[in-house]
Amino acid sequence: MSEHGTPDDLKSLGERLDKARRDREAEAGRDGKVVGYREGAFGFAFRIGLDLVIPLVGGVGLGWLIDGWLGTRPWAMVVLFFLGAGAGMMNVYRAVMGLGSAVGYRPAERREERPTRENGARPLDEE
Amino acid sequence: MAVAETSPLHQFTVESLVPIHVGTFNLSFSNSALFMVIAVALITAFLVLSTRGARLVPTRWQSLAELSYEFVAGMVRENVGHEGRPYFPFVFSIFMFVLFGNLISLIPGSFAFTAHIVVTFALALTVFIAVTLVGFIRHGFHFLSFFVPRGMPALMVPLMVPIEILSYLFRPISLSVRLFANMMAGHTMLLVFAGFILSLGVFGVLPLAIDVALILFEVLVAVLQAYVFAILTCLYFQDAIHLH
Repeated sequence: MSEHGTPDDLKSLGERLDKARRDREAEAGRDGKVVGYREGAFGFAFRIGLDLVIPLVGGVGLGWLIDGWLGTRPWAMVVLFFLGAGAGMMNVYRAVMGLGSAVGYRPAERREERPTRENGARPLDEE
Repeated sequence: MAVAETSPLHQFTVESLVPIHVGTFNLSFSNSALFMVIAVALITAFLVLSTRGARLVPTRWQSLAELSYEFVAGMVRENVGHEGRPYFPFVFSIFMFVLFGNLISLIPGSFAFTAHIVVTFALALTVFIAVTLVGFIRHGFHFLSFFVPRGMPALMVPLMVPIEILSYLFRPISLSVRLFANMMAGHTMLLVFAGFILSLGVFGVLPLAIDVALILFEVLVAVLQAYVFAILTCLYFQDAIHLH
């Protein structure tokens, strides 16, 4: 702070702001961490409930439809019931572990090697 | 669907204002459509009028418009990153539409179109299709590797791939149900308590007090649900853009 004490040193301030913004932006989407998703406990509970139940109900419904088309009642429904239950549990696991909505069961690897990040990451509203 | 006038659910009845029938399709202009048009008109008026003759030191309206822009821009920047910039207009439109739909539905006598699963599901389906298209355009068929998480034991693949595909397919449903259920529950609850106000006589003050508190809560829910809808859209874009 003190080394940039002169009031007309706006250029370096701008540079530092740009750098801070770039760093923040580069962090976005890393580790599959959800940066901005804040809800109350009730909202979170509601979300978890939906995430658990929707794939289960949807899976059974989809299985019922497939059975209707293929005449394989009740096998598609049985299979999709268990898959839906699994999908619901995966959703809840990801939500609780803070992995966001990405696939998999552990944080994504860092994507340092992506070339697009390095060149000219500018803030969104600067155009 | 016939619902009695006094029912708390009567407010959700769709009535056609201008009947239009094309072939077997009923394309009537309904009260739901009317309020969607009102929402779009209000958003356009708000953004166009407030930024007309934009100044360096913003007026109150201009700063409101800038605030909403900055809010969504920050959301996209933080959740999707630099590559998310092309999708900002899409996220912003969705956010403003849901936000205005939720907020004008709280004005007495208006119609809550975001409390209808048809509307929210259509919105969620648009997001789903957009995200899937973006994924395929950016990564080609490599996008399908999205369903095979890295570091998964080969033994688990036949089990996990269908599970991942299922949970991907049902995203638009949970996205739409979340918004629809919140709005529908809030509006129904408001009218249930309102129904007690007159019938309880003097003690009607109690449900009235509850309704006053509820309507404040509903304003919060209206903004929060628009935020959640937009941020989940951002997260889906993040998934599709940065394959893991």
